[in-house]
Amino acid sequence: MHVENLTLAYGADAPVVDRLTLEVPSGQLTAVVGPNGSGKSTLLRGMSRLLTPASGRVLLDGKDIHQLPARELARKLGVLPQGPVTPEGITAAELVSRGRHPHRGLFGRLTSEDDAATNEALQAVELTELRDRPVDQLSGGQRQRVWIAMVLAQGTQHLLLDEPTTYLDLAHAVDVMNVVHAAATTGRTVVAVLHDLTLAAQYAEHLVVMGDGQIAAQGRPFDVLTAALLDDVFGLKATVVEVGGAPVVVPDRRLAG
Amino acid sequence: MRSRTVVLSILFAALAIVVALVSLSVGTTKLPLADVVEVLLGGGRRGTRLVVLELRLPRVATGLLVGIAFAVSGALLQTLSRNPLASPDIVGVNSGASAGAVAVIVLAGTGGGNISGVAAKVGIPLAAVLGGLLATLIVGALSIQRGVVDAGKVVLIGVGIAAAANSLVAWLLVIGDVNDAGRAAAWLAGSLNSRAWSDAVPVLIAVVLLLPVAMMFNRDLSALVLGDDVASSLGVRVARIRLVLLVIATVLAAMATAGAGPIAFVALVAPQVALRLTRMERPPMLTTAMLGALFVVLADLLARNGLQWAQVGPYELPVGVVTAACGAPYLLHLIGRQQKGR
Repeated sequence: MHVENLTLAYGADAPVVDRLTLEVPSGQLTAVVGPNGSGKSTLLRGMSRLLTPASGRVLLDGKDIHQLPARELARKLGVLPQGPVTPEGITAAELVSRGRHPHRGLFGRLTSEDDAATNEALQAVELTELRDRPVDQLSGGQRQRVWIAMVLAQGTQHLLLDEPTTYLDLAHAVDVMNVVHAAATTGRTVVAVLHDLTLAAQYAEHLVVMGDGQIAAQGRPFDVLTAALLDDVFGLKATVVEVGGAPVVVPDRRLAG
Repeated sequence: MRSRTVVLSILFAALAIVVALVSLSVGTTKLPLADVVEVLLGGGRRGTRLVVLELRLPRVATGLLVGIAFAVSGALLQTLSRNPLASPDIVGVNSGASAGAVAVIVLAGTGGGNISGVAAKVGIPLAAVLGGLLATLIVGALSIQRGVVDAGKVVLIGVGIAAAANSLVAWLLVIGDVNDAGRAAAWLAGSLNSRAWSDAVPVLIAVVLLLPVAMMFNRDLSALVLGDDVASSLGVRVARIRLVLLVIATVLAAMATAGAGPIAFVALVAPQVALRLTRMERPPMLTTAMLGALFVVLADLLARNGLQWAQVGPYELPVGVVTAACGAPYLLHLIGRQQKGR
């Protein structure tokens, strides 16, 4: 996946992402981090077709995503946007099977291939036992994993995830990140927007730091996440320590008195 | 779940047919059910044939068809807006259609309380569709924010547009000839009284053409309920499908309104009851359609004979009065439920 000179804006407002170019490494997990308002979620929307770019283009296997028919794109690129609607009473398996939509014909019933993809996706997020439970009765972390299973069932080579760990406590966030990372190890290219720097650094092979609609830094997490960059981009005084080969951000305390 | 919707669809269809048969047999001239069935199968005496085929069947057929049209319209609007209150009778589609139809009745009327010829056959349905589309267009345009229709706003703005259209209707009734206005007022309560085949045919055409088209979008709708962004990344062309289904919902409600007046609450209640009974995550189209048909013919049977059966006297009520009596408490229940959810 290749982003070329991409400029994204809402209406006539000033661009949120300004002439950004990015080569997404294939078959890896790329995390996009950045302070609030840096344009990281907007970038993800621009990399899918949820936002039409003001200029520039996004290439998927060498083809502009805006030139592809909607269904063909949906068979190559899966997107989990923020704030999906969980309909009242829908079961986990039913929701996951909706990911098969781009593979089905006009009146097509679910084929055995669709069922297999649904089961495999539920297994990948370790929710096979809860498949017949209504999604609105699951915990926040389980619910998020069901949604990830839905995009996994879509069977795409590329995945874009917008803040998949938002509102989750650390244990559930780790469950979700394990699933996301596993998706990348099976050869998929995964891009996830994350707000937790330490989680991003622990799991991502490639880290992209956004600041003011531009890429402030990118590369291996250990090379990118430095005290100088945190101060520069996030305005955060912090110490970066190493745990198990990955950087961990420890904010400097400023205690009163 | 799936087999549940099929079973319920068949059940409601069967009940609607039974109620329709009963409706054909009762009235001033009581006919045995066997005679009614004989006539429907092509036999029977001439007098019986006249009563069943020319006097009663148009009314019953119109009832079944407008029930389907209103119910499907409600199911579509509720699904598209993800709001159980967004049905054509609440958000101004029926009111817009009424304003169009009343304008034709009053302005093109002969003063004799009856318009005839082309104005009646084509004019009323056409004006109703135009009025309905205009209401939909205004509601849609006013509730769009940043290219997205705000589901909460749709209902508020729709109620406003309905009020505006209703005041237009009131004004038309005041300026119109007293006989035309009287006829329009009876029609406005939602009435199946003295329907002719010319009332049923436009609704039949609308249902036969549009219901299959709406059902072709069933699978896209099951992606659309997951949110516009999710649907769009699953390859659904959200804006185009919204537009097509909005037009279908509007035309169905407007044609039904032209055929039998703005019968209240069918479009609101039928989809929601079907939803609860099938335990789906959105109103199932076919079950809703059959339930709508059942609701209207049953309400009409009561409206036509209820007061007589209760020994009050030989009076008929407009069907809309009965549907409103059943539907209004349900509306209050829905509003209460929505507020609890907040």
